Amino acid sequence: MSAVGELTQMVSNRKKGGAKEKHPDNKPALVFMLPWLVGLLGITLIPMVASFVLAFTDYSLLAPPEFVGLANIKEMIGDTRLHNSLVVTFIYVFVGTPLQLVMALLLAVVLNQGIKGLAFYRSIFYLPSLLGGSVAIAILWRQMFGANGLINQVAGMFGLTDLPGWVSNPDTALGTIILLHVWTFGSPMIIFLAGLRQIPEMYYEAASVDGASKVAQFFKITIPLLTPIIFFNVVLQVINAFQSFTQAFVVSGGTGGPSDSTMFYTLYLYQKGFTQFDMGYASAMAWLLLIIVAIFTAINFFVSKFWVFYDD
Amino acid sequence: MTDLQSRPTSAEAPGTDAAAPTRRPRRNHLVRRGVRHAIMIIASIVMIYPLLWMVVSSLRPNDEIFRNPSIFPISLDFSNYARGWESLAQPFSHYLMNSTLLVLGCVIGNLIACSLTAYAFARLKFWGRNIAFAVMLMTLMLPIHVVIVPQYIMFSQTGWVNTMLPLILPKFLATDAFFVFLMVQFIRGIPRELDEAARIDGAGHFRTFFQVILPLMLPALATTTIFTFMWMWNDFFGSLIYLTTPDNFTVPLALKSFLDTQGSSDWGAMFAMSVVSLIPLFLVFLFGQRFLVKGFATTGIK
Repeated sequence: MSAVGELTQMVSNRKKGGAKEKHPDNKPALVFMLPWLVGLLGITLIPMVASFVLAFTDYSLLAPPEFVGLANIKEMIGDTRLHNSLVVTFIYVFVGTPLQLVMALLLAVVLNQGIKGLAFYRSIFYLPSLLGGSVAIAILWRQMFGANGLINQVAGMFGLTDLPGWVSNPDTALGTIILLHVWTFGSPMIIFLAGLRQIPEMYYEAASVDGASKVAQFFKITIPLLTPIIFFNVVLQVINAFQSFTQAFVVSGGTGGPSDSTMFYTLYLYQKGFTQFDMGYASAMAWLLLIIVAIFTAINFFVSKFWVFYDD
Repeated sequence: MTDLQSRPTSAEAPGTDAAAPTRRPRRNHLVRRGVRHAIMIIASIVMIYPLLWMVVSSLRPNDEIFRNPSIFPISLDFSNYARGWESLAQPFSHYLMNSTLLVLGCVIGNLIACSLTAYAFARLKFWGRNIAFAVMLMTLMLPIHVVIVPQYIMFSQTGWVNTMLPLILPKFLATDAFFVFLMVQFIRGIPRELDEAARIDGAGHFRTFFQVILPLMLPALATTTIFTFMWMWNDFFGSLIYLTTPDNFTVPLALKSFLDTQGSSDWGAMFAMSVVSLIPLFLVFLFGQRFLVKGFATTGIK
């Protein structure tokens, strides 16, 4: 059962039977759980609270934090660069993620048809998703989509000469990063493939006995039975996409340019917090990110009731 | 979990278990198969071409990178590598060493802390277990940005900024919930009779954990090792924040500063070092793919 599935279940059937269970292992559990507990408090919970408090202060590391009330939030409401970074991030998430997942699903379905050389194709498609998060690939992307880069060289062979650099044009720079994201469809594809293999063969046999076409089988059997896994992928990929940072940073040389067209939210947060050392503002921004991610995850869970189908 | 072990996800025998259930007329079938292969081959080339081209270009003179989109002819000019290796403040081996240290620390931390936590979640009955488990799953989805500012302040007060401690220490505190979850799932698949047999023989929880469970969860430990390796080898956000002087740079930071200093002038050397940085990942991919696929399947699929 996936992490997402497990959470859903816990919410739906919390506390079965009121009888108080015995907890015979309290003492050894404390020892086993100690590192995690210390981490939860020291690395996660306390910093979370601290970041919430800092959101209402002005703090630059040099002087003690100064309480400024809602000033950071007011500033955020008027900060057009921040609004732009939200737009950029939303485009990235809501264009890149669906494209990536559709690619992953399509290729998983084709690969699952019992094609010869499955292991080979799967490896080829999977490799980019392992390397895609690295600085090296971002450097490659910057060259490929530059004015004299690989893409324009290939275009030149087809007679398309004097094309501008894709990464230096504000209209296309974000598109190149979205493309990089789509290129890494291998990991969700692997999850889809594993899910496809768990669909019992007999469903298809029964359907074809009844004369259902391949297309009908795909939409009436494959897709419904795969919805829990699609859901899992959507939740995780959306959460991840909101936090993407490396590619935009490297491709734009850390600036989010040209003219803020690749200024991802996390990149702006980094600039505010760690180059301008405006830690109060960065904390407020971090909480807005948390709220946004939480809202979209909640929407995902809520909407899932209407389209995700659990076989058991 | 149990059905995963009996059902290998790595598909050694394509066509046996996933064969199309319907039998269409033979010729139709052949045509469809041909089309499918053609699509797959084209898709594979599109996917892999940029990588191949980068490797080939790193072995070419600098100016050719902007002239030759083909991967042929393959030249074997290693001067980009020699130049790239020495073009930063330290030889590139220094950054490779830093990254190796970081990865090692994180792997050890994750293996110890996550397996201890996972054993407790999977096998022990203790007060607040369900709540703790739900909290653990929620931290899985928590953006790091919400904690990074106070963490940075905390580590700058302990004087650990510009060391690897802020990156390694959290791993010893089981903050990578992904691996805790992965291991919990794995331990749940180990028959309880084994624990009970150990118990009857007088073993306490610690002996059961070390002598029964830990040896049986080697595949989960391997998956954790490989994922931690890949993620930390690529780690950029955390390293960028905590490692400030070039002496402490890891490979991703070294590449970034390469890009900053060389601008866009020496792409050959930059490609060469990029390829060097990808080699460890590629090796892990070659030899560890089985565990990667399993890891995905275990956490992703019920």
